[in-house]
Amino acid sequence: MMQELSLNILDIAENSVKAKASLVEITVEEDEAADLMRIIIADNGCGMTPEVVARVSDPFYTTRTTRKVGLGVPFVKMACEMTGGTFSIDSTVGEGTTLRASLGLHNIDRSPLGDIASTIASLVQCNPDIDFVYTHRTGEGEMCADTREFRAVLEGVPLSNPEVVSFIWEYIAEHLTEIKGGLI
Amino acid sequence: MKSLAELQALRDKMKNNMGIRNDDEAKARIVVGMATCGIAAGARPVLAAFTDEVSKRGLNDVAVGQTGCIGICQYEPVAEVFMPGQEKVTYVKMTEEKARRVVAEHIVNGNVVTEYTIGANAK
Repeated sequence: MMQELSLNILDIAENSVKAKASLVEITVEEDEAADLMRIIIADNGCGMTPEVVARVSDPFYTTRTTRKVGLGVPFVKMACEMTGGTFSIDSTVGEGTTLRASLGLHNIDRSPLGDIASTIASLVQCNPDIDFVYTHRTGEGEMCADTREFRAVLEGVPLSNPEVVSFIWEYIAEHLTEIKGGLI
Repeated sequence: MKSLAELQALRDKMKNNMGIRNDDEAKARIVVGMATCGIAAGARPVLAAFTDEVSKRGLNDVAVGQTGCIGICQYEPVAEVFMPGQEKVTYVKMTEEKARRVVAEHIVNGNVVTEYTIGANAK
């Protein structure tokens, strides 16, 4: 069980990295009217066959050979279902995978989003050749951090440079504060 | 508020510094296990602490990255340190404080922090 949803997001996005995605789009939406928090993680990686998609929510399914369990996806599914939310994965081999999670926004059993800025900063630092787009929507507005934009500005300075990583963390944290994102 | 103009200034500063790290030429490499087991056990703040300590000390030739699950989930968060000409050192049950000490003692001074290694912790 992860302590905060941003850790689930980090874990799932690592699956996109392993699927050799070149672009991973992560969206979090706080919808007060519907009382839902929606999390979407979409990649353009290798995708999965319907047979594999049907099995990834099973904790005793994994593609790994070093151990017999695979808990990343089951953790997210559990986090959704314990708040009355829903969970689904759409995947096409050769095109990519989209995971959609919705959770009861004000449900007492919903974990907090937590430090999403650290999740994105860690992903960028460890995978500087992959592009990540983080979008967050609240009733106050929308913010977006897109490494394709950062990359264009950086002119060859790597995204994994520690000072660039700090910048990305602060960029996300400040823009989130502006729209009162991730507070509940 | 942080803007792209600020990133532009950061880029210019780094281009002038010549201190841009090139991972291929890194002298030391630190990798943190970032699979489900590592993340659940607290790998994200450990990675951030390694990065921050390396950056604060201006160690431009030290690369900090990630690895997957190496099969010792009960010892997560796990970090491996690779130094040229030396055997890999595996540190287990890492914390932010331990990460900072590994940078100071192992990376900078060349002394393995034996008490944090898997050899000292395996039962």
